[in-house]
Amino acid sequence: MSARFVQPSVIPGFRLALGFTVFYLAVIVLIPLAALIWRASDLGLPAITSLALEPRTLAALQLSFVTSFLAALFNVPFGLLVAWVLVRYRFPGRRLLDATIDLPFALPTAVAGIALTALYAPNGWIGQLFAAAGIKIAFTPVGVWLALVFVSLPFIVRTVQPVLDDLDREVEEASATLGAGRLRTVAKVILPALLPAILTGFALAFARSVGEYGSVIFIAGNIPYVSEIAPLLIVIKLEEYDYAGATAVATIMLAVSFAMLLMINLVQSWSRRRFGRV
Amino acid sequence: MHLDIRQIAKDFGDTAALHGVDLSVASGELVALLGPSGSGKTTLLRIIAGLDFPTRGQVLFGGTDASLKSVQERNVGFVFQHYALFRHMTVADNIAFGLRARPRARRPSEADIGRRVETLLELVQLGGYGKRYPAQLSGGQRQRIALARALAIEPQVLLLDEPFGALDAKVRKELRRWLRDLHDRTGHTTLFVTHDQEEALDLADRVVVMSNGRIEQVGVPEDIYDRPATPFVFDFIGEASRIPVQVKAGVPHLGGRAVPLPADVKRPADGPAILYVRPEHVTLAADGHGLGGTVASLHRSGSSRRLSIRLDGTDALVEAIAPYDGEAPPVGGRTALRFHSPGLFAA
Repeated sequence: MSARFVQPSVIPGFRLALGFTVFYLAVIVLIPLAALIWRASDLGLPAITSLALEPRTLAALQLSFVTSFLAALFNVPFGLLVAWVLVRYRFPGRRLLDATIDLPFALPTAVAGIALTALYAPNGWIGQLFAAAGIKIAFTPVGVWLALVFVSLPFIVRTVQPVLDDLDREVEEASATLGAGRLRTVAKVILPALLPAILTGFALAFARSVGEYGSVIFIAGNIPYVSEIAPLLIVIKLEEYDYAGATAVATIMLAVSFAMLLMINLVQSWSRRRFGRV
Repeated sequence: MHLDIRQIAKDFGDTAALHGVDLSVASGELVALLGPSGSGKTTLLRIIAGLDFPTRGQVLFGGTDASLKSVQERNVGFVFQHYALFRHMTVADNIAFGLRARPRARRPSEADIGRRVETLLELVQLGGYGKRYPAQLSGGQRQRIALARALAIEPQVLLLDEPFGALDAKVRKELRRWLRDLHDRTGHTTLFVTHDQEEALDLADRVVVMSNGRIEQVGVPEDIYDRPATPFVFDFIGEASRIPVQVKAGVPHLGGRAVPLPADVKRPADGPAILYVRPEHVTLAADGHGLGGTVASLHRSGSSRRLSIRLDGTDALVEAIAPYDGEAPPVGGRTALRFHSPGLFAA
């Protein structure tokens, strides 16, 4: 006998639950994405390639992926620190601070973009300090990066926080009884235990950053070849009724994002398989 | 390395977890801290390790005060109930952790560490498991690795907190014998916490019985079982019948008649008192000399018979044991009882 497709289980409703899951994913995610690829396939591969290799498209894609990567990377240590403070210390206003973390989730991104621009523009509160030092933040790639740091912070904090909360204190105590100082315990015992959560948070932050539009376009200045992000390029092409071009850029973004997320997922499942739960 | 605990007290807010505990452990001794949950035994162990700090009192390692030393400086081996292994490290890296954490001047070379890890793996009978991860081991194996990890730092004292608590009964018993053998070979001064009286009596050189943050009794297992010092020890360890009596001029009276007791039993002041006696310390006297009673119930329990006997002139029941193939009075029959090693405490 060949292995059964479904393992017998005492939990009822497998067919219904799986059926609904597939249907739901299809309507919400798969069909729109398939439509995108289908539209793009109308163009044919050579057309997509030539569109993608246009210098302006390349510059926008590069800006989007590099700033997103750097923003997610930057948020790893700082998101970790915020999660650490929220989990390990008890202080007045902790709950308030905890609630503040979610603001970038809740705020309309355009509002965030306008606020950041007002602050960091050369005549803004913070921007003028940097302007005095000859550093321009708004209307440069640095501004794009800053907006992405803002919107992606909650992802790292919220994925690391529960894992840190669950982390067995005895493991830290074991490390101390074996003579390890605090720094060594953090570096060799705590951080490796948090690594899968950090990777997940990084992936989510990165994915969110790549797709971010509202908060970026105000602070970016949208100068072609300098501070024009790929999602904006898609909107510009749509406004010019260049549906094929928009689809091509979108398809390339989809492919790159998917490849990167898949890679991160593979690293995660490798680490889970290896270390399991003890 | 001998260990002295002097007047250790620990308060958590308003509640006291330990009230001025004194204890001395000789070098190379294996001592059990036994008590119900909430008795303060784990708190005491953690204070010795330096994982908790006492409100008052001192801990001395080999005569020198360690109270102000940090956990890292105390050099104690600590084994946790749930192993607390580093799951992202191989077994070998787990064991080597303490050696690699040493300051550079005292750190062995990597080759020496490797050899030491191999020796320890052999010692805990897990040679060849060095490359595995903790997730690939059974509970009993994990606890042995945790022990090897603790032994790697050549600790002054070895502290084990309910080391077999998370294991099933069979593995528990095996590991118990194995730990005793290991202790006899390595000779570390060892303290372990348990709530399992069988484990404590079977394994330890001496047993410390604790309750409500106080030490009830310290003694060799025979003393703890045969000569309990307090009513708590009588109740907590083994079984005992409780017989309310009146003490008059140092002699307990039951229903107006004097109860004969061995001479070495401590007598409380006159007044109401409770007499404790274990079933196995009750003899059914065929000659009729002793305390008279009537058999209230009789049932077979494994390889022996259990009798409940109602003493004359009272409602108190005394449990006794008779061999299943020997003489025993039937239910309703008359018998006479003699008590060995009873305890008498003011009510």
